[in-house]
Amino acid sequence: MYATEATQAAKHAIEICNACRYCEGYCAVFPAMELQRDFTDTDMAYLANLCHNCNGCYHACQFAPPHEYGINLPKHFAEVRVESYAAYAWPQPLAAMFRRNGLVVGVVSALAITAVLVLSALLVSPGLLFTAHTGPGAFYQLVPWGVMAAVAGATLLFSLLALAMGVRAFWADTRTSLSGPVTLPALGRALGDVLTLRYLGGAGEGCNDADASFSLARRHAHHAVFYGFLLCFAATSVATVFDHFLGWVAPYSWYSPPVLLGTLGGVLMLVGCVGLARIKLITDPAPVARRVLGGDYALLGLLSLAALSGLLLLLLRDTAAMGVLLALHLGVILSLFVVIPYSKFIHGLYRGAALLKAAIERRRNRVLAG
Amino acid sequence: MLDLSRIYDVAVVGGGNAALCAAITARQAGASVVILESAPKAMRGGNSRHTRNLRAMHEGPTSVLTDSYLEDEYWDDLLRVTGGNTDEKLARMTIRRSSRVTPWMLDCGVRFQPSLTGTLNLSRTNAFFLGGGKALVNAYYATAERLGVDIAYETEVLSLDLDDGFAKSVTFLRGGEPVSLRAKSFVVSSGGFQANIDWLREYWGDAADNFRIRGTPYAKGVMLKDLLAQGVQPIGDPTQFHAVAIDARAPQFDGGIVTRLDCIPFSIVVNSQARRFYDEGEDVWPKRYAIWGRLVAQQEGQIAWSIIDQKSANLFMPSVYPAIRADSIGELADKIGLDRAALEKTVADYNAAVVPGAFDSQKLDGCHTEGLDPPKTNWARKLDTPPFLCYPHRPGITFTYLGVKVDEQARVIMADGKPTANLFASGEIMAGSILGKGYLAGFGMTIGTVFGQIAGQEAAKRVRN
Repeated sequence: MYATEATQAAKHAIEICNACRYCEGYCAVFPAMELQRDFTDTDMAYLANLCHNCNGCYHACQFAPPHEYGINLPKHFAEVRVESYAAYAWPQPLAAMFRRNGLVVGVVSALAITAVLVLSALLVSPGLLFTAHTGPGAFYQLVPWGVMAAVAGATLLFSLLALAMGVRAFWADTRTSLSGPVTLPALGRALGDVLTLRYLGGAGEGCNDADASFSLARRHAHHAVFYGFLLCFAATSVATVFDHFLGWVAPYSWYSPPVLLGTLGGVLMLVGCVGLARIKLITDPAPVARRVLGGDYALLGLLSLAALSGLLLLLLRDTAAMGVLLALHLGVILSLFVVIPYSKFIHGLYRGAALLKAAIERRRNRVLAG
Repeated sequence: MLDLSRIYDVAVVGGGNAALCAAITARQAGASVVILESAPKAMRGGNSRHTRNLRAMHEGPTSVLTDSYLEDEYWDDLLRVTGGNTDEKLARMTIRRSSRVTPWMLDCGVRFQPSLTGTLNLSRTNAFFLGGGKALVNAYYATAERLGVDIAYETEVLSLDLDDGFAKSVTFLRGGEPVSLRAKSFVVSSGGFQANIDWLREYWGDAADNFRIRGTPYAKGVMLKDLLAQGVQPIGDPTQFHAVAIDARAPQFDGGIVTRLDCIPFSIVVNSQARRFYDEGEDVWPKRYAIWGRLVAQQEGQIAWSIIDQKSANLFMPSVYPAIRADSIGELADKIGLDRAALEKTVADYNAAVVPGAFDSQKLDGCHTEGLDPPKTNWARKLDTPPFLCYPHRPGITFTYLGVKVDEQARVIMADGKPTANLFASGEIMAGSILGKGYLAGFGMTIGTVFGQIAGQEAAKRVRN
């Protein structure tokens, strides 16, 4: 990691925090901070990714603005996080995508959706795109399964590779004297932290969503998006097995497992995205890093669009709108696959890695301290 | 919002922990209540914003405290730090009531850290607020608002109309014009006067300009001065304050906890003549940190420097300001503006006087000097491993001891010994009644909470009668 204005500001703040330590009960950032005395820019990348942006430390801070120390960790850390995504991005030339990320994600998505729509129109006869299709294989009359699978598969594989390379670089770069091998208990703890969003929990009352008062809305909304996404992924996986291995060709009935999973997942994602966007709109702007908001909204928009187009496709699949909706939905999913490693989406992996690192270090420190 | 046309049942002057406890308790008892806070909203809460814990008596482990801490041990601790400068009846009542405050605090939205964490090893005697004092203050304000307490920020009460022991109204400025607000009873919880440099100058002369005030700049003692001028009985030595030696680079106000320096036991401390002036290793740091504010205040220019070498660099909590570093004592003297030869001599004399021993930072290790005046009686090691590190110190004032005298019902007492009819006090403004000298960690918040509750209760009761 290199030094930037944001890492310098974060470092200055964290040195004050380390002399104070009043917030140590809030989350994983402060116990991790307390294991060190001197901080590097790389440490800031680690601590920033450990931060869940709950705003608890901002509203509890006796040194927050207008105090002359002006401590504002959520804001500094949000900026450092995005810079760290760029610093560890693979391949490096694509790091530029994190600058004005909202615009980039928006344009890439628009291009991908347009491409799919245009290609569908070119590949199939225009009449087919605007006619109602029903019965087994209806989708594939429009976009052949082979094409769908090849394009999506290749994109996803590249994205997964890029994700893995990025997180690997982050993991290697943030190595310290306390770092050690991944152990099962540490892995279990980190996984639990991720799946429960432990650090959006406060003392059972959640985060400072809007102001100094506490609320669980953000935690619940994030759960909805996260588990909704997993349900959609499960729906696709089940459908693949049905189609490919059992020979049951899509579309499936309303009460089939893929449709049930997908519907529930889509609704959850949509509700969650709206919830998260709402909190962004009503929250006290002071601890918010404005320059990362574009990327945040872009991902929420893309996920909402994925859920919404999927649900509409389901509702209108027996009508003449199906063709266009299918192309739209596939376009959105494709753009999601494309932007995954270069959007806010990757925060989950970096956060997970940071939580794992914190769990390992806490345990090793306990052993070393006796 | 403040309604000037209204006659409130209870008007609370101040906006810190004691004021909030009084306001919430009075409101819970059915009174209509207004809080008059001099600070703007972002800086509300007085010194409570900088606090971290509350000392509470308890007979067995609780969700927030370990083991037990009984009345007699608590009382002994208080007796020791005050050297008897306390009021046993008020003190014991405060201690007993402290065993009942944490459930009430939880009901008001205050959250505590789990009892086994905390860096200060105080989890047996003190309950730590999750997020510290500002989080506590936020919780109390939210509760007060929810209960319908009116809150006026940027409202500095200038005077209270006290007529023959009966409080009638308070006066403050609105848009530059003095405005009076009547109420049926009043609670003053407006703190000490430590942020009033002019007042400190009356006792300390120009030295007062070199003091740093660790807490809120809004504790100017306006209400305290006004009440004392109207014949309220004072308590506590007006010249005295609680002070620790903080980093000299701290801002004049509000530097809080992060300006604290815990390096003195492992250092030698010199004044502007580059001379040592007190035994740095006299006792364990928690028992000595509070005397160093006064010691530095007595030095020329109210400044001193502690010097350590690389061996001791990591033995204390990191400070917010970096150490001044040099590869030799002479270079260090140049950097901090002391006479080179004088500092080299002081260090050489000290090094020559150090008797070898088994150093242990965690206890009184007996590593001492011989034939040195003043001696260093513990943790004395030669300063011989560069780089040499130095921290400058100034006196950092926590609070002043002067206050108004109160009785067990938190009633303000007049100079003739008679209680006022409808004027109550809680927090720092009356803490001198119990804590006349010294300090016990977390006891200020205990006094504020207990007397805040009593004052709120009694003020509300007074309205009903």
